Parts: sequence; C-alpha cells; structure tokens
Amino acid sequence: MGLRKFVDKIKPTFSEGGKLGFLHSTFEGFETFLYVPNTTTQKGAHIRDCNDIKRVMIVVVLALVPAMLFGMYNVGRLAGVEGILPAFWYGLLEALPNIIVSYVVGLGIEFTFAQKRKHEINEGFLVTGLLIPLVMPIGVPCWIVALSTAFAVIIGKEVFGGTGMNVFNPALLARAFAFFAYTPQMSGESVWYADGTTGATALEQLGTTGQMQWSALDAFFGFIPGSLGETSTAAILLGALLLLFTGVASWRIMLSVFVGGLAFGYLFDAVGMTEYPAYYHLLVGGFAFGAVFMATDPVTSAQTNAGKWIYGFMVGALAVLIRVVNPAYPEGMMLAILFMNALAPLIDYFVVERNIARRKKLIKNVK
Amino acid sequence: MSKNIKLCKGLDIKLAGKAEARVENAPMAKSYAVSPLDYENVTPKLLVKVGDKVEVGSALFFDKNNPRILFTSPVSGVVSAINRGEKRKLLNVAVEPDQAQTVKDLAVVDTAKAERSEIVEMLLASGLWTRIVERPYGVIANPDATPKAIFVSAFDSAPLAPDYNFVLKEEKAAVEAGMAVLARLTDGKVHLSARKGAEGYMAEVKGVEYHTFSGKHPVGNVGVQIHHIDRIAKGDIVWTVNIQDVATIGRFVTTGKLDMSKTIAVAGSEAKAPMYKRIIAGAAVESIVGAVEAGVRIISGDVLTGVKTAHDGYIAASANMLTLIPEGDKYELLGWAMPRFHRFSVSRAYFSWLCPKKEYKLDTNLNGGERPFVVTGLYENYLPMDVYVSYLLKACLVKDLDKMENLGLYEVLPEDLALCEFVDPSKIEMQQILRDGINLMIKES
Repeated sequence: MGLRKFVDKIKPTFSEGGKLGFLHSTFEGFETFLYVPNTTTQKGAHIRDCNDIKRVMIVVVLALVPAMLFGMYNVGRLAGVEGILPAFWYGLLEALPNIIVSYVVGLGIEFTFAQKRKHEINEGFLVTGLLIPLVMPIGVPCWIVALSTAFAVIIGKEVFGGTGMNVFNPALLARAFAFFAYTPQMSGESVWYADGTTGATALEQLGTTGQMQWSALDAFFGFIPGSLGETSTAAILLGALLLLFTGVASWRIMLSVFVGGLAFGYLFDAVGMTEYPAYYHLLVGGFAFGAVFMATDPVTSAQTNAGKWIYGFMVGALAVLIRVVNPAYPEGMMLAILFMNALAPLIDYFVVERNIARRKKLIKNVK
Repeated sequence: MSKNIKLCKGLDIKLAGKAEARVENAPMAKSYAVSPLDYENVTPKLLVKVGDKVEVGSALFFDKNNPRILFTSPVSGVVSAINRGEKRKLLNVAVEPDQAQTVKDLAVVDTAKAERSEIVEMLLASGLWTRIVERPYGVIANPDATPKAIFVSAFDSAPLAPDYNFVLKEEKAAVEAGMAVLARLTDGKVHLSARKGAEGYMAEVKGVEYHTFSGKHPVGNVGVQIHHIDRIAKGDIVWTVNIQDVATIGRFVTTGKLDMSKTIAVAGSEAKAPMYKRIIAGAAVESIVGAVEAGVRIISGDVLTGVKTAHDGYIAASANMLTLIPEGDKYELLGWAMPRFHRFSVSRAYFSWLCPKKEYKLDTNLNGGERPFVVTGLYENYLPMDVYVSYLLKACLVKDLDKMENLGLYEVLPEDLALCEFVDPSKIEMQQILRDGINLMIKES
C-alpha cells in the first residue's frame, strides 16, 4: 500500500529525536486517524472489542448531522431564500465560517496541549467543535466563536487535565462565555437571522407574551428562529434515535430530562404561571438539543445509573424553572445543564456511598 | 436443592476454534517447568540445583513469605535448567523427565479420620496446596488460616473454555474424594456451582452445598458465584479451587500417589485441530501444540485472562487450556470509520449485533489507542456484581486504600474485570490496574 509506505517513511522525522520531533503528537493524531495502529494487547485481555473512542465520537457527529443540515436550510428559509436547495446552500455558506473557526481554534489548542503533555490527541473535540456552532445563533461574529472556543477548551477542559477530566460540558461553556461576555452580540432580535431581519424567537415570545406566532407543529419541525442546530426537534430526535440505538448516549438521562421538563411544565401550567401547554417547552429553544446532545455527555453527567435518573430529571426541571420563573433568561437549558454538571459528582457521591453502606452492612451481619 | 441463580449481565464472545470433544495424549515433553510467576506474591527460594535428580512431588522451591508452601515437580527426572530473568529473578525451574517416572512417597493420611492439621501438612508436602486460592487477593491460601467457606465452580464460561463435564467424565470418584478433603479444611460449607442444564454428575456429589447458575460469562467465574452465594465482607477469608484440581487432590488421597496429569483444551482459530489433550502440568508448549506458524499468539488460559506464552515456553500451572489466535500487529486503513463486518463489538456502532450466531476469528489488535475514562454505565453491564467498576479502578489508580476497600477490592480479582476490559472503548488496562491495587493492599496490610 503506497500510503502506508509513505507514512512509514516520514514517521522517523516526526518521532522523538527526529527533525520535526516536536510535532510528534500531531503526526500521531493524523496517523491514527488514517490507520488503526498496529498495537497489540500486552497485558490483560488478549482480544478487544473493536469499538474505540474515535468510533464513539464519530457516531455522535453523525447524530448531529440531521440537526445541522436542517439548521442550515432553516437559516436560508428565514432569510427568504426560495426553494430547499438554494436555502440550504445559503445557510451552508452562512454557517460554514463558524464551523471552520470552531474546529481550527479548538483543534489547534488541543494539538498544542497534547504536544506539550506528550499525549495522544483525544477525539472529544470532534464533537465539541461541531456542537459549538450549533448552539450559537447564526448572526454571531466569527471572532466571538473563536474566543469562546478558546475559553471553553483551555479553561473548561485543559486546565482540568483534558478530555475525561472536565467538570463542565465544553460546548455549553463556550456558549455561556459568549452569552455573558458578549450579551449584545449574542441576543437581541437580529442575531437569529442571517440577512439582518429582526424578530424574537419562539421562546422569547412565550416568555414575554405567553404566546408564539408559530404553531406547535412548526416548532416541532423547526420552522422557527433559534440557534443553528436547536430549532428542529424532529431532526434532533433522528439523532437521538441513532445515539440510543448504538448505546452511545444514556437513555436514562435522555428520558429523565424530558420527564423532568414535562413534570415541571405541567406543574407551572397547573398553578397558572404559564399560559401555554407544558409540551411547548420540549419544542422551543434548546431543550431537545440539550437533552439529547449536551446533558448526555458521559464525562460531565452523572456516572452511576441511579445518579443519571436524578441528574436528568433535575436538568429538565431546572431548565423549565429558569424559563418560567426568571424573566432575565428566556432560555434555561444551558444554565440548567451547567449547574447540574457541577452537581453531578455530588449525586454520584451519594449513590456510591449507598453502595459502600451495603458493603459495610455485610460486616455487621457476620459479627 | 437450592434454587437456580440467574444472572442477566455478561457476554458470551463466540470465537472460532472450539475444541472438539475428543482427547489425545500429548507426547512426553522434553522438559516440564514450575514457575513462581504463575502465582501472585510468591518470593521463591530454591531447594534444588541443576543436575539434581527429582521425583514426582519433590520440592523444587518454596515461598520465602511462607516457607511451608512448597512447589513440587510434576515429573521425575533431572533438573535441567534454572531460568532467571532480569535482576536474577527466578523465571522457572525446568525438569527433564526420565523414562521410569518414579513418584515420591508422600505419606498420605486417611482424610476422613486424620486431624485437619495432618491433612494440611500432607497437601503442603505434595505441592497441591498451591492449587488452593485465597480470597481476598487471589493468592495461595495461607495454611495457618481457616476459611469461612470453600467455593468450587464446576464450569468455565470464558470463550472456548474446556467443558469440565467432558474433561472429568471418568473422574467422578476423584471429584467426590477431593470435595471431601476440602470439606475437612473449612468449618463452614463447601459450595459447588454447576451450570443449569449442564449439571453432569455434579448434583450427585455429596457433602457440598450445591448451586446452579445460568447466564452469560462471567457466570462461571467463582468470584461472581461467591458474590451471589455468600459475599465476602471485610475480614472474611474464603478459598477457591479449580474443579480439575479438586480431582487431582481426590486422586492423590485415594491412590496415595501424586499424579499431575490433566486434560486441557487446545482451542482458537489458529489451532490446527482444536481438541482436548492429556498432559502433565507444566509441560512445554511445543509438546502440546507441535509446530506453530509465526504470527500466532499462544495463550496459557483463555483469551480474556490467560498469559501470553512463548512457543518454547511452558503452560501455566493454573491453565486448563491453550488458546491460539492470530496476532493483530497490522495497520487498518480508516478502521474506526469502516463497517468492520469481520470484527466483533458489543456496541451497535458496529454490525455484529446483526449476526449473533457468527463465530469470530479475533486477533490481538488493541483496536484503538488508550484514552481516559470517558464512557459510563458500560462496564457495570458486564460485571454481575454490586461493584462500581470505574470508581474502584480510580481508587486503585490514586492508591486510596480506604476507598479500594470500601468499593469492593476484596470481592473481585482481575479475571472478573476481564470482560469490562474487553468492551472498554478507552482500552484501559483494567486487570493490571486492579492487580496493582491488590498488590498494594497486600503490601500495606
């Protein structure tokens, strides 16, 4: 195989002691991307499942594709472009700079850190890099995307030790950073449109007037303004199906987020604090997107099965609580997930303590 | 009869090369070896030198930590080599067998009438004591201790594992005699667990608490069975013995002669004729499998927990099978993005769920690079125990002894985590991490 020969030929240059040895993590990153390495098992189980983190991450990226494609089409549609393909093309051109900026900045930082720490490059950013533009409004300037990505990767992930060690979901952290640091550019009426049109999102309308100008069906299919990937609940559910079928995301978390959101939605509806049906919460804003792609991040969510139920329910409940009770923030999903990210280790702590208590009880039974 | 215990968690990995149900006698090997590395936490002190004549049952070395524990020769002949590795670490003592095969007179006592201490001394002298495993920690049983109970699993559920009903078909009397010896070693019960639907004669064995289990691997692991029969709490000591070793003990006490022969399975996709072989413990691998092509990994034991063994090496003392699978030292173009129909995964991100009956020919490729703990909730599906795997492993990694104890270190051995290690997409060396944790615990306590 010619390609393999070429890789083997240039490998020494990038290895420790080679001319470009300082780039060896980057080289390794590209090499393992091209070829599954020839490493064999040395200790423990001699055979291994062919699943690896690359595959896990690529499944999540695939699951994001329907929401992304629809989001692009929706951008064009809202800008008044006629026809499905032209609208999609318009949206693609509008969204592409943000996606490229997010990947370039994020991967650049990841590679640098991997190099410094002499790590292999972790695949987590393949997902994060796509999530960031999907949770941002289309009108947000590229430099904000770049800054928030840098903030999320450095402060949110690398200072904790990199993938697997972070407390907060990096993509949400990027959005939170942009939201609080550049509030004018991240909210307001024009940011949801690519062509300078203005208008409030469904969520903002519900928050201020208790009504929205779209039907529930429009909201479900996503013909509403909003962040790039979040508008179409239908497209998100397609992704959810893939994640659940492959077992990549936890069904416990996904289900319990929806249950929590509905429960609190009905509660507020019953006591008369809202004037729209509870299920609207699941259709508008980032609720579905957060439930499917953000709350289920295995690193930042609860890790025990019992903990996942509690964590998911609280995410859904808190999101609706913030939406209804706090008029300053029309969207509660981001803050709910970030807050529960912080609490997840505590939930797990209590679940694991119960496991320990069961084990200690055995001692008393004997003596 | 107690009720059947059904376990839902676990996984049966279907591999090609299952041993055919026929036994062939392996030829006498050029040499046999006893290795201290087959046991955990043994510091060997030699009792022989090269050129010494030994008989079956002659002590070759003992454990400095517990000088009563002797390691004896499985054959008679001449000590042909004392192999050492780095820092003069003893690798094994090799014995070249003679034609006569004389057996050392080991003064067998009547196990029904003798004192417990006499039985212990007899087993220590024969070297069979080393076949008794103590939990927690999975080390050779301490002869000064009395276990709460003794557990024997009558079946092995690992991939391609030997069928003990077949292996011990003619050995019912030996198994019963061995069980009777075990019953004398504990004040508690001797538990014998068989697989439901494949009980063989196990249900008829007297003097034991009989259980049946059904489910997927690791249902045959004695540690999993202990967890569901009588969990190990802090301070408990239990012993376990492999069922074939029970038969060896039984043969020893009934005939009065030590006979270290056993039947092992030779299996795996690279085994030329997968079948059972009658060998003597510690035989040179070459005498069992003959010539083997390059690019084949020989494993003493099963594919999940066995030890990589060289073609000119020896079968490990505890191994009841040799597995031969292809080495996977090849690159795979964009493998992680391919459908990979020929590979197996528990994840539906691949397609092996489409053909649940297919027998796979898996190689030793790691199938990815090592990553931090990322996925959650996966490992617990492959360990039918009330143990949080990733929390326990993290406690081992940070060497937090209290946490290790609290999270279940006494209940598991590396073999119990082998499936978790197999399915892990982060390719974390779980068995090694746990073993290091256990060894640290032994050192500190």
